[in-house]
Amino acid sequence: MATESQPRARKAGAFDIRLIIALLVGVYGVILTVMGIGFSSEEEIAKAAGVNINLWAGLGMLVVAALFVIWAVVRPLVVLAETETETGDTPTVAGE
Amino acid sequence: MLVLADANLRLDANAIDYIELAFYFVLVLGIGYLARRQVSSSLDFFLSGRSLPAWVTGLAFISANLGAVEVMGMSANGAQYGLPTVHYFWIGAIPAMLFLGIVMMPFYYGSKVRSVPEFMRRRFGKPAHLVNGVSFAAAQILIAGANLFLLASVVNLLLGWPLWVSIIIAAAIVLSYTALGGLSAAIYNEVLQFFVIVIALVPLTIIGLVKVGGWQGLVDKVTNSPGGTAQLHSWPGDNLTGFGNSVLSVLGIVFGLGFVLSFGYWTTNFVEVQRAMASKSMSAARRTPIIGAFPKMLVPFIVIIPGMIAAVTVSEYVKDKQVLLDGGKAESGVTFNNALLLLMRDLLPNGMLGIAIAGLLASFMAGMAANLSSFNTVFTYDIWQTYVKKDKPDHYYLNLGRVVTSGGTILAIGTAFIASNSGNILNYLQDLFSFFNAPLFATFILGMFWKRMTPHAGWSGLVLGTASAITIWALSQTGVIGLEGQGTSFVAAGVAFVVDIVVSVVVSLATKPKPDEELVGLVYSLTPKETRQHDATGENAGWYRKPGLLAGIVLVLTIALNAIF
Repeated sequence: MATESQPRARKAGAFDIRLIIALLVGVYGVILTVMGIGFSSEEEIAKAAGVNINLWAGLGMLVVAALFVIWAVVRPLVVLAETETETGDTPTVAGE
Repeated sequence: MLVLADANLRLDANAIDYIELAFYFVLVLGIGYLARRQVSSSLDFFLSGRSLPAWVTGLAFISANLGAVEVMGMSANGAQYGLPTVHYFWIGAIPAMLFLGIVMMPFYYGSKVRSVPEFMRRRFGKPAHLVNGVSFAAAQILIAGANLFLLASVVNLLLGWPLWVSIIIAAAIVLSYTALGGLSAAIYNEVLQFFVIVIALVPLTIIGLVKVGGWQGLVDKVTNSPGGTAQLHSWPGDNLTGFGNSVLSVLGIVFGLGFVLSFGYWTTNFVEVQRAMASKSMSAARRTPIIGAFPKMLVPFIVIIPGMIAAVTVSEYVKDKQVLLDGGKAESGVTFNNALLLLMRDLLPNGMLGIAIAGLLASFMAGMAANLSSFNTVFTYDIWQTYVKKDKPDHYYLNLGRVVTSGGTILAIGTAFIASNSGNILNYLQDLFSFFNAPLFATFILGMFWKRMTPHAGWSGLVLGTASAITIWALSQTGVIGLEGQGTSFVAAGVAFVVDIVVSVVVSLATKPKPDEELVGLVYSLTPKETRQHDATGENAGWYRKPGLLAGIVLVLTIALNAIF
C-alpha cells in the first residue's frame, strides 16, 4: 500500500499537531466570541447562570490558540537527517 | 442505558453546534490522512516508528484512558458517590503511572519489545505469551464495544438516529483514521481530543459552580441532599467501596484500587504502555506517564465536580436522588450515567453546546481508537506473526494490520450490543480489568525482579489468578458473597493478585528456570545499569526533563490534594 519511498515517508512525519490544535481551538474561539457578542439572548444568558459563557469561553479559546501558535513558532519542528534503523530511537522531531 | 430514550435528554443543538461538530470531524479525518503519509513500515504503523516527543505521548497516554469510562463513568460516580470518586485518580492512577515511568519503563523500552505480550514471551516463553496475548485482544474488543456503545448512544440522543445506525457510523469514522494512519493517527487524535475535552468541560464546570453559588454553595447543597457529607470527603469512602467499616474501606481503596487494580491497569495494559513505546528515546518513554500524571491530577475537577453539581441542580436528580441511591428507578427514567448530559442540557447555550458535544464524542472516540490500535498490534505481532505466518516481508504485516483493524471494528460492533445490556458501564469495565490486569501485574513484577521465576510459573500464575478473579465475581453476582458498589472488583483483584503470586512462587520452586543469559534486559538483577538508564544530554538535558524529579513533583502535589480534599 505504501508507495512512497523511504526518505519521503520519514520526512512527512513533520506535520505539526500544535498547529492543528491551534486551528481547532481558534475557530471555536472565533465562533463563540461572535455568538457571545452578537447572538446571545437574555434567555440564554439566564440559562447559563447569568454568565455570557459563549463570550468568555470564546475569548479563553482564542488565548489558548494563540499560545499554541506562539509555541509552534518559537520551537519549530526540526526534521533531522537520520540513519534509518528498524528499532531506532533516533530523534525525528523536536518540539518539547 | 436503554432507558436513555425515555428520559428527556434531547439536547437542543442548532446549526452552529452542528458546524462545530462537522469541523471537528474534518480535522479528525485530516489527521488520519496526514499520518497516513508517514507510514511506510509496520513499525511506523504499530508504534509510530518510535519517533514521538514526550509531551505528545504523555497527553495521548492519559487521553487513551479519558474515554467513556472516565468522562461518563466518573461523572456518574461523582453524582452517585461524590468526592470519594477522586480515589480513582489520586490513589488509583498517579502512583501507578509514576511507578511505570520510573521502575518499569526501562525494561519495556530498553528491551525493544513491540508490545507487552512480547515482553511476556521473551521473559516466560510461549504459553504465558499466548494466555496474555489472547486475553488482552479479547478484552480490547469488549472494551472497544463499550466505548462504541456510549458513543452511539450520545449520537442517538442528539440526532435521534436509531442506535444501530449510530453504532455503525461511529465505528466507520474511528476505523477510517486508525486504519489509515495507524498508531500515529490515533495518538495525534488523542492529543487533539484531550484539548477538545478540556475546552468542553472547563466552561461547563465553571458555570456549574457559578450556578450553585461557588464551592461553598456546592458544599451546602450536597450536605443537604441524600448521601450527605460522606460525599464531600475523599476518605474513608465507605459509600464507594460498599464496605460497612471505615478501616476496611481505606484498606480496600489503598490495596485493592490503589495497588492491585491500578498498578495492574497502568503498568501492564498495552493500550497505555504502547503510547510510551511510541516515544523517541528512553528518556521520553520514561517521561511519558509522568508528564501524563500532571493533567491526570486535575481531570477530577472537570469530571467529578460537574457530576456532583448535576446531582444537586438537575431537577430529575433533585427529585429522585434518594431513589437512585437506593438502587431504584427514577420516574423520569434518568440514571447517574446521564449526569453530564443533563447538566449540559440545563446550562449550555448554543455555541458552547456544540463544543461540549464534540468533547463527549471525542472522548469516546479516543477510547475506542486506543483499543483498536493496541488490538491490531497485539493481534498482528503477537498472534499472527508468532504463531501463524512467521517470516513474511514487513509489508505483509503492515497490510495485515489494516485488515485486522477492520476486523476488530466489526467485532466491536458486536460487543457494543453486549455492552448495551449492562446497567453500570463502569462496573462492567472494572470487572474486566480485574480479571485480566491484576494477575498480569503480579506476574510482571515478580518476573522483573526475581530471576528464578520459571516459564511454567508465568502461565500458571496468570491462568489461576484470572480464574480466581472470575470465581469471586461469580460468587458475588449470585449473592454468595455480599458485596456492593465497587468493592467486588477491589476484592476480586486483590485475590487474583495473591493467588498469582502464591502459584508463581510454588511452581517456580518446582520447575526449571531459564538460563541467565536469556534474561538480560528483562530482569532487574541481570540488566547492566547503563542499559536501564537514559541519555541525559542534548534534547534530553535539563532539570525539567528528569523523570525522577518530575515524578517527585507529581507525588508532592498528589499528597497535597489528598490532604485538602
